[in-house]
Amino acid sequence: MTTTASRRPQKVTFRDRLLRLAGAVTTPVLPDDYLDLIAPLRAGAPLRGRIVAVRPETRDAATLVIRPGRAWQGHRPGQYIRLGVDVDGVRQWRAYSLTSPPDAAEGRISVTVKAIPDGKVSNHLVRRLRPGTIVHLDQAQGEFVLPAATPERVLFLTAGSGITPVMGMLRSGLADRADVVLVHSAPTRDDVIFGTELRALAERGALRLIERHTDTDGLLDVAELAGLVPDHLDREAWACGPIGVLDAIEGYWSANGLVERLHTERFRPTVITPGEGGTVTFTGAGVTVESDGATTLLDAGENAGVLMPSGCRMGICFGCVVPLRQGAVRDLRNGDVTTAVPGDGVLVQTCVSAAAGTCDIDL
Amino acid sequence: MTVIQKKAVNPIAHLSAEDIEIIGKELDAIRDRVLADRGERDARYIRKVVKTQRTLEMSSRAVLLFSLFPPAWVVGTAGLTVAKILENMEIGHNVLHGQWDWMRDPKIHSTTWEWDHVSPADQWKQSHNELHHRYTNVVGKDNDLGYGIMRVDEDQPWHPMHLGQPLWNLINAMFFEYGIAAYDMELGDHLKQRNLKDPKFRAKARAVGRKIRRQVLKDYVVHPLLSGPSFLSTLAATFTANLLRNVWSHSVIMCGHFPNGVETFEKTSIEGETRGEWYLRQMLGSANISGSRLLHIMTGNLSYQIEHHLFPDLPSNRYQEIAPQVRALFDRYGLHYTTGPLPKQVASAWWKVIRLSLPNRNDSRQPVAPAALASSGTA
Repeated sequence: MTTTASRRPQKVTFRDRLLRLAGAVTTPVLPDDYLDLIAPLRAGAPLRGRIVAVRPETRDAATLVIRPGRAWQGHRPGQYIRLGVDVDGVRQWRAYSLTSPPDAAEGRISVTVKAIPDGKVSNHLVRRLRPGTIVHLDQAQGEFVLPAATPERVLFLTAGSGITPVMGMLRSGLADRADVVLVHSAPTRDDVIFGTELRALAERGALRLIERHTDTDGLLDVAELAGLVPDHLDREAWACGPIGVLDAIEGYWSANGLVERLHTERFRPTVITPGEGGTVTFTGAGVTVESDGATTLLDAGENAGVLMPSGCRMGICFGCVVPLRQGAVRDLRNGDVTTAVPGDGVLVQTCVSAAAGTCDIDL
Repeated sequence: MTVIQKKAVNPIAHLSAEDIEIIGKELDAIRDRVLADRGERDARYIRKVVKTQRTLEMSSRAVLLFSLFPPAWVVGTAGLTVAKILENMEIGHNVLHGQWDWMRDPKIHSTTWEWDHVSPADQWKQSHNELHHRYTNVVGKDNDLGYGIMRVDEDQPWHPMHLGQPLWNLINAMFFEYGIAAYDMELGDHLKQRNLKDPKFRAKARAVGRKIRRQVLKDYVVHPLLSGPSFLSTLAATFTANLLRNVWSHSVIMCGHFPNGVETFEKTSIEGETRGEWYLRQMLGSANISGSRLLHIMTGNLSYQIEHHLFPDLPSNRYQEIAPQVRALFDRYGLHYTTGPLPKQVASAWWKVIRLSLPNRNDSRQPVAPAALASSGTA
């Protein structure tokens, strides 16, 4: 400390020593584990957020207003966040588009969630989440954003909750900078998320809003666009909605040779339908095997020469657990199915689990 | 099926193979009912215990900063003892069993947890979950039967060194965490085989060394230093807390498999063992402790040792809920559900340790051949 070295390394050393001392005080847990008890949103903590309010939007959608922790780095309109919430005691992660502008009051952010039938997480968020709950977050990501130079003419094609990333853009003042047309599909007028706000924007001339109520008017055929928005192909277009709709839109734009003017965001409510057996990929080892519904993942991996961690081989010691990155596995003891969507990394016991569909194992 | 068939009264003579499989199915059904219902209530429970433990530990250590003042010493030491017991028993042991893995919370997970104990979590998991729980009470396979230093079953061969086992047991109780660490790294076997250079063993030994260094530094250097003038009294306080925690956990664990009424099994008896037979071995090889809710929490619910051995990965708070169903099953099939208050079970286990320090008396069974004795001298 008294050498002639420059000050900066000294400062780092002192801070390191302090951290090491704190670690020596709290070992075997970390100082963070204690701080989490009192300040879960502090700087330096893993990114979390506190639910400030849950505001109903339609009969099956709600906006979650979140105060993010100090680690929040901000977002660009149109991006999404992954949100982890405990449902029935189990941490579940899902991605939702941010519907708040980057400069919202008090640094709050919001996402808007539509409850999908039988959706464990979405129904919990819309109907049961209470203000005050701490949720786990990832930094904003996604390329469904406006370019640095705002295009003069913009077309948004959205359906259902596909409006959410677009709402983030509109709330960031896009409508004041560009000529915007929004074609939005929802089953009925009341099902239009942000209906009141969108209609108010349309009324004051900030955007042209075309609502399609599919219960009465039927699904929008992409060929109808020519009639609804004559200059649609001259506009920079952003489309977000169910996969079928997006496929049709992408086909149409590429048929017109204009695919570079179209930006899409695909919802991936990756529906995993459990079956019997499947293709198992051990991503680290780069090994892929076909496994039937009666062979454990442990046996399948070992038979393929993967170095699998293992223990009691009967489901009691948890010495064999590895992350299931995506896919479905069945517990051979009771038939329970565990599924993982990309990014989940659910830990499964390979000695009592068999493939119940295509699986990616992180090993 | 077992060693027990050689005993005067075979406790399972009245069961047919079919009965045993039905018992297995009934136990599977109990397990499935808990799994179907496992959820937010359980998650709230473990988080509350973790929060209570951490609050208690830090506040007790804060009080001990002034441990020169006698009331502070007493309060701080008592608090730290309870915190350390909670951490090892209701939290550490159970988290490392994977009882809370289903929550998918990386902060409370068997693969990430490290505990306030000199045996590193991964070594303990291997010896405890993989060997002890799998080979429960199988003589020669389950080293928890006497931890390799004691004779706790008539079927373990006697050796003159067992004369001293009441003393070994007392020393083991006082420094139990070090005993466990030595046991988890199989120090005894490696010493006996003069195999201390085995690279796997050396890696384990280094890990234990690092863990001991961190633990000792925290308890006997950092916290006493932080206490300034109270250095020595804080050191005495943490030493006392560790000692009490060791004696407590040793007592609870002795009650799990050593008291009278608990059966042991022969190596050959588990060849081709069915699920039903495995369950039956857990039922007969474990003993419970009866007592208050507080006692159950302080034992990490190992007072429900039978339920724990049947379902080692169910959340610990569920054991007392399913205990009546498990006990009803014992009654229905005429099996003995071994249980008793803590003092009685501890005394019973200690009596066994003392009794078996001497060779078997009036034994109707086959005497152990001298050759076998010599080759298995350590037990």
